[in-house]
Amino acid sequence: MQGALIRESVLPLFDFKPGKWQTEINVRDFIQTNYTQYTGDSSFLAEPTEATKKLWSKCCELLAEERAKGGVLDMDTDIISTITSHGAGYIDKDLEQIVGLQTDKPLKRALQPFGGIRMAETSCKSYGYEVDPKVTEIFTKYRKTHNQGVFDVYTPEMKAARHSAIITGLPDAYGRGRIIGDYRRVALYGIDRLIDDKIQQYQTLEGEMSPEKIQLREEVTDQISALKDMKKLGEIYGFDISRPAQNAKEAVQWLYFGYLSAVKEQNGAAMSIGRTSTFLDIYIERDLIRGTLTESEAQELIDHFIMKLRLIKFARTPEYNELFSGDPTWVTESIAGMGVDGRPLVTKNSFRYLHTLENLGTAPEPNLTVLWSTKLPKNFKEYCAKISIKTSSVQYENDDLMRPVHGDDYAIACCVSSMVMGKEMQFFGARANLAKCLLYAINGGIDERLKVQVGPKFSPITSEYLDFNEVIERYDAMMEWLAGLYVNTLNVIHYMHDKYCYEKAQMALLDLHVKRYFATGIAGLSVVADSLSAIKYAKVKTIRDENGLVVDYEIEGDFPKYGNNDDRVDQIAVAVVKGFMAKIRKHTTYRNSIPTTSILTITSNVVYGKKTGNTPDGRKAGVPLAPGANPMHGRDTNGAVASLASVAKLPFKDAQDGISNTFSIIPNALGKDEVFLGNMNFISLNKGCCEKNII
Amino acid sequence: MQLSGKIHSIETCGTVDGPGVRFVVFLQGCPMRCQYCHNPDTWAFVGGQEMSVEEILSQFDGVKEFLKNGGITATGGEPLVQIDFVTELFKLAQEQNIHTALDTSGILFDINNTTKIDELLKFTSLVMLDIKHIDDDEHKKLTGHSNKNILNFARYLSDKNIPMWIRHVVVPTITDKPEYLKKLGEFIGTLKNVHALDVLPYHDLAISKYEKLGINYPLKGIPPLTKEQAIIARDTIVSSMK
Repeated sequence: MQGALIRESVLPLFDFKPGKWQTEINVRDFIQTNYTQYTGDSSFLAEPTEATKKLWSKCCELLAEERAKGGVLDMDTDIISTITSHGAGYIDKDLEQIVGLQTDKPLKRALQPFGGIRMAETSCKSYGYEVDPKVTEIFTKYRKTHNQGVFDVYTPEMKAARHSAIITGLPDAYGRGRIIGDYRRVALYGIDRLIDDKIQQYQTLEGEMSPEKIQLREEVTDQISALKDMKKLGEIYGFDISRPAQNAKEAVQWLYFGYLSAVKEQNGAAMSIGRTSTFLDIYIERDLIRGTLTESEAQELIDHFIMKLRLIKFARTPEYNELFSGDPTWVTESIAGMGVDGRPLVTKNSFRYLHTLENLGTAPEPNLTVLWSTKLPKNFKEYCAKISIKTSSVQYENDDLMRPVHGDDYAIACCVSSMVMGKEMQFFGARANLAKCLLYAINGGIDERLKVQVGPKFSPITSEYLDFNEVIERYDAMMEWLAGLYVNTLNVIHYMHDKYCYEKAQMALLDLHVKRYFATGIAGLSVVADSLSAIKYAKVKTIRDENGLVVDYEIEGDFPKYGNNDDRVDQIAVAVVKGFMAKIRKHTTYRNSIPTTSILTITSNVVYGKKTGNTPDGRKAGVPLAPGANPMHGRDTNGAVASLASVAKLPFKDAQDGISNTFSIIPNALGKDEVFLGNMNFISLNKGCCEKNII
Repeated sequence: MQLSGKIHSIETCGTVDGPGVRFVVFLQGCPMRCQYCHNPDTWAFVGGQEMSVEEILSQFDGVKEFLKNGGITATGGEPLVQIDFVTELFKLAQEQNIHTALDTSGILFDINNTTKIDELLKFTSLVMLDIKHIDDDEHKKLTGHSNKNILNFARYLSDKNIPMWIRHVVVPTITDKPEYLKKLGEFIGTLKNVHALDVLPYHDLAISKYEKLGINYPLKGIPPLTKEQAIIARDTIVSSMK
């Protein structure tokens, strides 16, 4: 009797091809049954309209003003941000095709104290604003925050490890993010249908009241209230989003209201938008066929939508900005990829999204990410290459690698974390510093910088020269301790985040029983590999301070270095990753989430390095750790491919949340252009045409 | 017996020394002293790391998935200084269907004694021959040697129908005169089986290497060749090839 639950309002969708998506919440099925592949080239694309140009130049002025004011244009100090906290706000109402702002004015940063009132206060203070004392009073006296909850529970050991930065960057004072609401559901089903679905879910949660079920029942109730608020948000801007979107413009607007609700409610470390382009293409394509929309108008909708995403901003502290090198919002949109049936998921709208980089100019956000497959249509690949060369603003990820794991309706949260839309989420867990852990193994748990006991009081290594077997044994035991402490610290954080800063708007757009990943992370892998290699293949002498603590190392002789495709050291790196992950897996994770790890400190490696003393590989105290799984700077001497080959040995199975290897290359190093390498076989036939025929 | 060579370094992501992405072996030692040489650190006949053919091929094996449409390039230094080693390397490489490219100046070619080079060419997919200067006197000034052997080598390769690329570095005030470029083009025009002309614009990025090695940089003050100048030079050569 599922069909009976469908409201009347769904019926006007009759000119979409029917499918399972009508009787259940199933956006993927809707896409698969209705999308129109596009294999042509980019010649159909439209220039920006006059309205787009005017509107974007207003945005540019505002962004320039924001920079001139030191990074923040304006801040809320007394309105606590919720989905419905503000009246309608516009950049220029007459020009905007897609409307909705986080507050009442563009770029005015919202006040979001549920994660932590101190964080909110510091953010305001650092830009010269003062949070209304009444708000501070509420969030200290009457309403507990996520941050407060965490610190109420942290053990002295957790606090010490956090202070010494052996575990660091933890989302205990900022929003964890990394959850992608399936905002497409708002457009496809309308809010009322989604509420019905949630009520139905709620009714299944009866009987034996275990703590888990009680929690879930409360959460579903919160989700329903968030959905009701989304409807109100629509009304504030004059739209009735209780029903499904009827045309392309509504589809973009409805979807954006879903996303806007999420960012009004959460200041998360990564607020990604999902995989929306091919979904929206279905509506655009239908309107183009109906004759109710022109290509220029279609592009205008997308341009205005992307413009809105470019204006998403959060109030953050200078420390946060240092950790993440700026204040990224990680509005990641995943484009293209292949279907499991072999059809490319490339539509005209995949082109339109990338085309915004031409129409509006380059920008780091939204983080347009192409899910790359060797099988993508040639014309699309060429357009990607063209836009990349022109704008350097496109990220690529390997769809051929992720599709077998996640199917064809997954999206990227933040930079690389992949999850199935509407069905999976992640508990973001920052990093454990494995380089520092090695120093703890040598010094019996005493921190080399703070000179206090942080780790367990194991007996320190007392010999003058480090013995590989002895170090490995202690390191293994120290990693065991670190893995346990790390998982338990994260358990506390995510428990409290769910309790005091629950992402009700995003979770309202996910299934009831979501698969949760417990994302841990590793920093300092190459330092550890090189240090252990130095200890094994060269001689490493310890230098001690007056208390016998090892504070520096002298290396005698040469040793294999990670990043040169040399198994003697690469296999050490592999063993460390496998070993650490196996230790993580031994522990109970919050809500039975599935542990994963990542090796991808892309910016925070600098901060982590600052807090790590001299290491046995010869790296000096304070020097940045290599980013992600990169070799240490300058130690890969056999070229990029050998360096990549070393990284490629790391087991993806044990680092499913991603392994990064950052490398840049100057264009000339990628081969010759036509000027410098003419194909003579061709020239002899037809001189003058050689430029198009390159070997 | 295991042959070993003196290897200056290995570049696993070579994109400018032959077709595709290549595994480039830089061999230690070179008799030439080209004024614009950007690898003066490979000149000395001593030094380098001793490596066996097997070691090199096993390293290649470890990265081959990354090397699209590529293969192995032997360069230097002057690879023909260690011709026995390169022959063995190319022989075993070709047995594994690996494309082999020899990047040479041809300076050691002796028309009266071709036994060894004939053996090497049997296993060479492509020769990249670097003609430093078409004019013999200028060639002597530029490199310290006559170009006679080099041009003989080009004709020899042509007669044997070995696929080749001609590489030529265009240096302002030294090789960029139209008369030289025309003469070079005419010479290339007489050769068979030239697959490509690789015009290399002179750059001065090696200055810091010279400073480190304490060697005087001979071309101080000569500006790098611009892309526009390179196009003109390329066209001059091509139009003189008949």
